[in-house]
Amino acid sequence: MASVEFANVRKSFGTHPVIKGVDIEIADGEFVILVGPSGCGKSTLLRMLAGLENISAGEIRIGGQVVNGLAPKERDIAMVFQNYALYPHMTVADNMAFSLTLKGASRAEIDKRVKPAAEILGLTHLLDRFPRQLSGGQRQRVAMGRAIVRDPQVFLFDEPLSNLDAKLRVAMRAEIKELHQRLKTTTVYVTHDQIEAMTMADKIVVMHDGIVEQIGAPLELYDQPANLFVASFIGSPAMNMLKGRLDPNDALKFVTEKGVVLPVAKAPESARGRALIYGLRPEHMTIADGGIPASVVVIEPTGSETQMIMRIGGDDITGVFHQRINARPGETVGLSIHAEATYLFDAESGKRLV
Amino acid sequence: MTAITTKPPSALGALTRNNTFLGFMFLLPAAVFLLCFLTYPLGLGVWLGFTDAKIGRDGIFIGLDNYIALANDSVFWMTVYNTVLYTFIASVLKFGLGLWLALILNENLPFKSFFRAIILLPWVVPTVLSALAFWWIYDAQFSILSWSLIKLGIIDTPINFLGDPNNARFSVIAANVWRGIPFVAISLLAGLQTIPQSLHEAASLDGATGWQRFRFITLPMLTPIIAVVMTFSVLFTFTDFQLIYVLTKGGPVNATHLMATLSFQRGIPGGQLGEGAAIAVAMIPFLLASILFSFFGLQRRKWQQGGQD
Repeated sequence: MASVEFANVRKSFGTHPVIKGVDIEIADGEFVILVGPSGCGKSTLLRMLAGLENISAGEIRIGGQVVNGLAPKERDIAMVFQNYALYPHMTVADNMAFSLTLKGASRAEIDKRVKPAAEILGLTHLLDRFPRQLSGGQRQRVAMGRAIVRDPQVFLFDEPLSNLDAKLRVAMRAEIKELHQRLKTTTVYVTHDQIEAMTMADKIVVMHDGIVEQIGAPLELYDQPANLFVASFIGSPAMNMLKGRLDPNDALKFVTEKGVVLPVAKAPESARGRALIYGLRPEHMTIADGGIPASVVVIEPTGSETQMIMRIGGDDITGVFHQRINARPGETVGLSIHAEATYLFDAESGKRLV
Repeated sequence: MTAITTKPPSALGALTRNNTFLGFMFLLPAAVFLLCFLTYPLGLGVWLGFTDAKIGRDGIFIGLDNYIALANDSVFWMTVYNTVLYTFIASVLKFGLGLWLALILNENLPFKSFFRAIILLPWVVPTVLSALAFWWIYDAQFSILSWSLIKLGIIDTPINFLGDPNNARFSVIAANVWRGIPFVAISLLAGLQTIPQSLHEAASLDGATGWQRFRFITLPMLTPIIAVVMTFSVLFTFTDFQLIYVLTKGGPVNATHLMATLSFQRGIPGGQLGEGAAIAVAMIPFLLASILFSFFGLQRRKWQQGGQD
């Protein structure tokens, strides 16, 4: 096990920069998730850590040792690929034992390592099968088994669940997390799914366009997003964002472009007199008589909660309510907003002010 | 209720609705073609092998006499030896060099597509044309090879490429290899490109060296294609005719005669149709053996079967 550090790491394909100076520190045993939209550079960063892409500038350190010049096999890391990359001509057992076979390990030693790994992942009865004879979830487990057998310094996962169906994905999510709790190996995991990131990570790194937008614990990112990108990326349904300004006469009132007045808990000096974006999470509102009038556009009851898209002064906002609501589309309801849970972002820079 | 009226089915209509009949009709053009141009000549050849047919005279059935004669014919056994040697050495060289070339072309080279196109040239040039070119290259007096080596001071007198039995054997094999490499190289290249990059990446993370990746990933995954390509290559080589006929006509002293060229020479210029046919038929067991070898030995492995992607 080891810590991992990225120090001002850059990467260009030709003249096109894809990683524009990334600094990340990952402590020993931490489960870190790199998350971001497609093309943000998260997979490239992971492949650079694995040694599959070279590093244009900066340093990557594993356990304090600079690995820029080291070949993949010298870095003592194991990777689970998106398409699993199982060797199709080898049985499950041979797949898992491949790294040991290359080292010239004895039959007994291989058994000693493969058997417990197969046990952990419930693969014991599949050891003689070929990858083609396995289901998606089983292949996923074999790929993890191959990584476990290695007992590496760092585990890397490159979107490992994206080829699985929704139900299996939830199950494997829990399995990977449990595995990490059991093995306590430093793990770097790449995904574009913010739910995966929120549920599994000790620490999330939100990436966008080759830079790190914010690093933090899942709820930290959720409660204190540094900027508009993180605020809109983390959370589902996404945060509502309304353009407007503070009322010059009363700084605790936000006026949208459409003229609707929304409450603000505190307004720093820096927020006054400039174009702002008002951020409101869907769950930070309740239906109340005498609230802000909102006309119901769509209502989606899911049983445990009710999701509603409403229109206030021409802007659509989404609300999630834990009460049952009997409103119909077209009706007007009163909306009470929890002012202390709202955010203000600078419209120009995207930075969060409150 | 309205009565449903049905027309009595016509005989033709019933026939066209009969799947067996329809299937037979669709099969007919191909079947006729195969019967006329494959089965008939093959059958005729086999029959001629059992007769003493000569040009201008229908043969009568003489049983295995042709084959008994061949069994005691040292020239025939020499051609069998030549053919097996020619096929074996040429195929091994074509495989080795072709695989090597395919591996090189599979790397990220500058002008990759240009090189890939150029590689195909020996294959697209008509055999007779390239054989004529080799004839010049191997010429006893004007050979560019001899000339170059003399100018470099390595040898004093021109090499007698096609005049000495062993030189001639080596020379025709070299020409055949030159012509056959593109087929092997391009086919194997196509096979190499079906191996996912991530397998190589996974293997290098697992600690495999370049050689180990080739040995444990590339080679096993390429075996099915190698089997098909090399079967074809062996069949082409074993039945080679044009190259030999243009370069040496089987000489010197039958040193480069292959079964195909001997069969032609005995059958057409020599007029002994029956004997020529018998030599040609004698090739069939060798060809069948190589097909069966690849079919049962190499082509489909257990890991390729079962399951879906």
